[in-house]
Amino acid sequence: MLDLYGQGLSSRLLLGTALYPSPVIMAEAVKASGTEIVTVSLRRETSGGKAGGQFWSLVRSLGVRVLPNTAGCHSVNEAVMTARMAREVFGTNWIKLEVIGNHDTLQPDVFGLVEAARILASEDFEVFPYTTDDLIVAERLLEAGCKLLMPWCAPIGSARGPQNPEALRSLRGHFPDVPLIVDAGVGRPSHATAVMELGYDAVLLNTAVAKAGDPVAMATAFGKAVQAGREAYCAGLLEPRDMAVPSTPVIGMPAFS
Amino acid sequence: MKLTVNGQSHDVAAGTLSALLAELDFQGGWLATALNGEVVPTKERDRCVLTEGDRIEILSPMKGG
Repeated sequence: MLDLYGQGLSSRLLLGTALYPSPVIMAEAVKASGTEIVTVSLRRETSGGKAGGQFWSLVRSLGVRVLPNTAGCHSVNEAVMTARMAREVFGTNWIKLEVIGNHDTLQPDVFGLVEAARILASEDFEVFPYTTDDLIVAERLLEAGCKLLMPWCAPIGSARGPQNPEALRSLRGHFPDVPLIVDAGVGRPSHATAVMELGYDAVLLNTAVAKAGDPVAMATAFGKAVQAGREAYCAGLLEPRDMAVPSTPVIGMPAFS
Repeated sequence: MKLTVNGQSHDVAAGTLSALLAELDFQGGWLATALNGEVVPTKERDRCVLTEGDRIEILSPMKGG
């Protein structure tokens, strides 16, 4: 069972709630995926609290845990303030910490990320840092108080899949006991399976499901893909070999000439 | 009194943050508030006195990835 900050979870898929064709389809996709954690955000209310209230009551009806994010924050102060306000609204110490460093790539500002993580961890937040696959940054985040890591495998919404599997493998090898969640860049169920086969603990995605032709069916597919990757990893994968190795026994071959 | 609420200028009569929410018709237990860059918890809004030029943020849940 997956353990994130002491919370036991059966599903290893975390799903975002944005970009769906409608709130009803979002809710159906969440159910179809089997996820137990959905990400949410916080924005200025413009209609007397009604729009946010409707969304929040829909999410609460799903019976899943929420992981608020600091998406769109480009400074430490913005991210820390957003996290504090998210705790007020959502009543959880969990925060998906994003400090964005570049508008085009939505690449994390890893320096700001570490600084914000340290501040939030000191305020008893349980930080889920959206980071790159850089090993040293990962070490700094753990020193700052993070108990898990969420490296990207490609830029947010790019659907490119694992761009640097060796870096992901290196992180897994260096931190065997730290929950590792691939967050961002997953475009297809096979991408999710691939990172789970590397021994990653979970996958967080949004766009690949929300923007699919049929988001509910895709949510089901991702749920299965994550599970398949996990089961394959646990079963022990055969490593690639340089030469062919026959599977049919050679002993007992008849001699015809 | 002139205040900035969610980036927009407002001329209001309210003297506290909770009165401001009522005056601007913000309702619901899911709102988060900040005054001049500091979080104001729900239970402290009654005691949160506003002064000219204050900057207030009122946030609520939104979809996110």
